[in-house]
Amino acid sequence: MANSSIILRESRYHHIKAMLARLRLDSSARLVVLVDKDGQQIAVHGELGDLDTTSLASLAAGNVAATGGMAKLIGENEFPTLSHEGEKESIHISVIGRVLLLVVFYDRSSLGLVKLRSKQISHELAKTFSEIEAESASAASGALPFSGITDEEIDSLFSPA
Amino acid sequence: MTFINYASREINCKIVYYGPGLCGKTTNLQYIYDSTAPQAKGKLISLATEADRTLFFDFMPLELGTVRGFKTRFHLYTVPGQVFYEASRKLILKGVDGVVFVADSQEERMDANIESLYNLEENLRVYGYELMKLPYVLQLNKRDLPNVVPSGDLTSELQRKGEPVIEAVASTGAGVFDTLKAVAKQVLTELRKS
Repeated sequence: MANSSIILRESRYHHIKAMLARLRLDSSARLVVLVDKDGQQIAVHGELGDLDTTSLASLAAGNVAATGGMAKLIGENEFPTLSHEGEKESIHISVIGRVLLLVVFYDRSSLGLVKLRSKQISHELAKTFSEIEAESASAASGALPFSGITDEEIDSLFSPA
Repeated sequence: MTFINYASREINCKIVYYGPGLCGKTTNLQYIYDSTAPQAKGKLISLATEADRTLFFDFMPLELGTVRGFKTRFHLYTVPGQVFYEASRKLILKGVDGVVFVADSQEERMDANIESLYNLEENLRVYGYELMKLPYVLQLNKRDLPNVVPSGDLTSELQRKGEPVIEAVASTGAGVFDTLKAVAKQVLTELRKS
């Protein structure tokens, strides 16, 4: 396959969660989600309620992909940030390498504050994620959870419960 | 691109349903959604036009079960089939782990099938993928209609690499889960190799 798997170890996950928690606090946001550009949710922190964050991640990636396509049409490489302002809640998305940082915030915060805090954390996130990519690329295949999977185990997923 | 999360013990894979306009890609997803237990699926998101044609994509997350302590989750996407949505169609293929090509079995759609398959191969190349190396299934849909091309002829025209060929009537669900299983198995087998 063209892209290798991304492997997120527990220590990395907790580090990312801590960064998201800090961003949420500093920007007075409702929640912060880190999403892969392909639409996979990586980590989330904040007031989830009954929000479907899986769909949110997929739609955010679609949104960034579509606006990225528009950027290329006008000669830009991509639009590094996107904002959608609602009556009570708004969304700000920053494109940081291959990941998207999505902040959902109430009107008690402000777009300017969210933009500033997102930018402040983006360097650390980019560095962490490039380290994760390097770790994923160099991971020994034998260490992956599916490396020794048998045909019977795969079949068991499809047998009626 | 498979995403393996050790903290939440999840493996996420992306499968894309591709094919010409009105071949039944969305109908495949709709049937899977309607037939799956609520705890195994998320919402079915359809970004469609007012006339119910796919505008950007349909999306649904599906959990198959647990292997070696890891939940296996498949993110199922469709592309817009209409020719003029080429730019959007290309975007959906990014990071794909497996592809289902849904062919419309009707005689008059043969050219559209061939064009769409060619388009799939072209668009995969943009991301550095080769159809020949990717988990892939050919579904011959709409087998219940009167004016269908014999499946042998369709297969010899559309099969690329000995991939599984599954006859289907997506509107009734015939062949829909067989197709999903065939591609999901290939994706998981690929994970074993990687």
